[in-house]
Amino acid sequence: MTDQATPKATETPVDENRRSLLKGAAAVGAFAAGTQMLPGMVPYIQAQSSEPIKIGFQVHKTGIGAAYGRWYDRTTRAAAKLINEEGGINGREIEIVAEDDGTDPKRGAEVIEKFATQHKTDVAFGTLFSHVVIGSSPRAGELKMPYFVVSEGHHVASGGLNRYTLQPGITDVKSQVQSMAPWVADNLGKKVTMIYPDFAFGHDHRDFFSEAIAKQGGEVVAKIAIPPTEKSFTKYFPQIPRDTDVLYHVMVGPAVLTFVKELGEFFGGRGPEIFGFLDSLEAVDINTPGLEFLNGSYFWEGNPRYTSDMSSEHDAFYRKAVGVDDTGASVSDSKDIATYSHMFGCWETLHIIKAGMEAADYSGPDDRAKLIEAVENIGVMPHSRAHPQGDKLFNGRTHQSFGHQFISKVEGGRLTPVHKTSIFDGYYPDEVDYTTQKL
Amino acid sequence: MDLGPQLMLASLDGAVGAAVLALTALGLSLVFGVMRVVNVAHGEFFMLGAMIAWFVASNIAGHPAIGFVGALIIAPLLVGAIAASADWLILKRLDYEPEATIVATIGLLYILQQGALVTFGPVAQAVEAPFNHRIEIPWFEGSNVGWGLFTTSYKLFVIAAAITILLAVWLLLSRTKMGLVMRATQLDRETAQAFGIPVEKVYALTFGFGAALAALSAVLIVPIQQADYLMGGDPLLLSFIVVIIGGLGSLRGTLIAALLIGMSDGIISVFFTPTLAKIIATLVVAMVLVFRPQGLFGAKAQ
Repeated sequence: MTDQATPKATETPVDENRRSLLKGAAAVGAFAAGTQMLPGMVPYIQAQSSEPIKIGFQVHKTGIGAAYGRWYDRTTRAAAKLINEEGGINGREIEIVAEDDGTDPKRGAEVIEKFATQHKTDVAFGTLFSHVVIGSSPRAGELKMPYFVVSEGHHVASGGLNRYTLQPGITDVKSQVQSMAPWVADNLGKKVTMIYPDFAFGHDHRDFFSEAIAKQGGEVVAKIAIPPTEKSFTKYFPQIPRDTDVLYHVMVGPAVLTFVKELGEFFGGRGPEIFGFLDSLEAVDINTPGLEFLNGSYFWEGNPRYTSDMSSEHDAFYRKAVGVDDTGASVSDSKDIATYSHMFGCWETLHIIKAGMEAADYSGPDDRAKLIEAVENIGVMPHSRAHPQGDKLFNGRTHQSFGHQFISKVEGGRLTPVHKTSIFDGYYPDEVDYTTQKL
Repeated sequence: MDLGPQLMLASLDGAVGAAVLALTALGLSLVFGVMRVVNVAHGEFFMLGAMIAWFVASNIAGHPAIGFVGALIIAPLLVGAIAASADWLILKRLDYEPEATIVATIGLLYILQQGALVTFGPVAQAVEAPFNHRIEIPWFEGSNVGWGLFTTSYKLFVIAAAITILLAVWLLLSRTKMGLVMRATQLDRETAQAFGIPVEKVYALTFGFGAALAALSAVLIVPIQQADYLMGGDPLLLSFIVVIIGGLGSLRGTLIAALLIGMSDGIISVFFTPTLAKIIATLVVAMVLVFRPQGLFGAKAQ
């Protein structure tokens, strides 16, 4: 083939490419707007007291959080079914109104708006990815829509959000890493290299673990940030210093399996001790070929994936209700692995919404302020069917729950819990008092 | 890690990226060269190749190699057929008018992307490599490099396979009747038609062939990376960068630019950050556009 080209060909591509990119961007916007028009057409009938309580469920059905979204959805529906079977909230059924946020902050805020103006939900609930929470929360605050997130990020307790945003069903990263650091320093080593996703959630890990390990006399010798949309990881690993004792990894996004596999190839059976947050392997089978190197390594788990002698009857009940077997896989498909360390937060948060609404004698959107106050006063939550992961303590001033964490060892193709932290291992002083903000 | 081993690791990683990028960009360049169509949906054909590879591999029982070979045959053929029918159904109706085809391929991008989402679901899927051995690379200067300096047999295979395919495409274009017909159509559509070349068929074939090349490179890369419905963006962007630097329609330019961008991406990523690698690639594009708008190997305007 020759290199000859017509004048048109040599002069237009630049313009054409640039234009096509612009057009592409415009098309995305139009597409997003178009798809969101449809459900709003349904005429809304003013809620009577017998009408169901509507819970807007902001869910990552697509985008980089899709694997979590799938299981957050299943857990939420199982919890709603149970609550309805047991008589609903104040005698009213609950109805889950799910909307996909595409794991995108902008769409997240639009979803909150849809809940308020089109679906007229009583509360909004469910988000995981921290950038979506941070993008959606201001709108929830403006609309005075109680926004219950299941996200782990420290953004709630840091004071960065508002009185209408609460995180009662799951602990935050600051608390998690603070309770991990002493164990890591005592059992694995003091020179730590951290690999984390390059957005708010990963930055929480970076900042709070560095702080926590320093208190144990350890240090973080290298910090390697990876964009959550990255597809290939080997190129980041040469930054790991040779004198690293412990490699601390936490990764999210669609390519977590690739990340862990490449980590194994890089070390080739040698290298430092490995301590990971299970986020790096949520929805991934630890017996996938290529992950053998994880044998003997340790993971933080929010809620142990495999049943063990630490498992409670409440966990067994919850597991069965959601449809998860003893190895953390779906009962209907053994290849479909749950996001077990996180999704309990949806179950527990729905039960907290129920408890809050009952305490506030909630009857409709006019009682939203009363609901917030009731949840702020919820305090201690005992280990029970409503809280299968364990007992928790909700700090009404910072809008953040504190609970137990687990450390599990990979052995024999299972994750076996070897350590459970106390609630106060992860407790830290208040950084904000949301109760001083107006409702 | 020492400079030497690190550079070697970076070059190996860069070579894998360059090999796959060369194949993908070649498809884009070919379509532009012959048809004068800027195919914005090219990245989605790449994505479709990867998703179909996963679908085929996960539905064929037995050794992973059987599924992989199945995917290597089925994915490019299927994607090629989809592309050829898209050409017949859409582009032909627009008379290959440059602006209209850009808009049409943007539309096609969304149809393919959302179609894949509906068909295959939102979750990233993995394909098992047919073989994958970790190969330790000996380094003689430092006696004990320890962990880190390695490649895998599969990565070497990807490089070799890409070179073989590129050679085959070159032979096809330069030594076969099909290549002759394609080159004739590229040179002058009307004259080619006057000489009895079925131009419309050549166009459908070229569009299908370009898409099949993207699909083929996706099948090669999917055991290393994962497949998901949003993966088409990066290959599209990089392919555009490569063909702009190399000169749209120039195969030689495409290959050299792919090597340049792929290798520099690998090396800069290892020594600095992947973001810097993207910044530099974009800067190179800007510089090429300013000082040599026709690309490094594109012909000057006549």
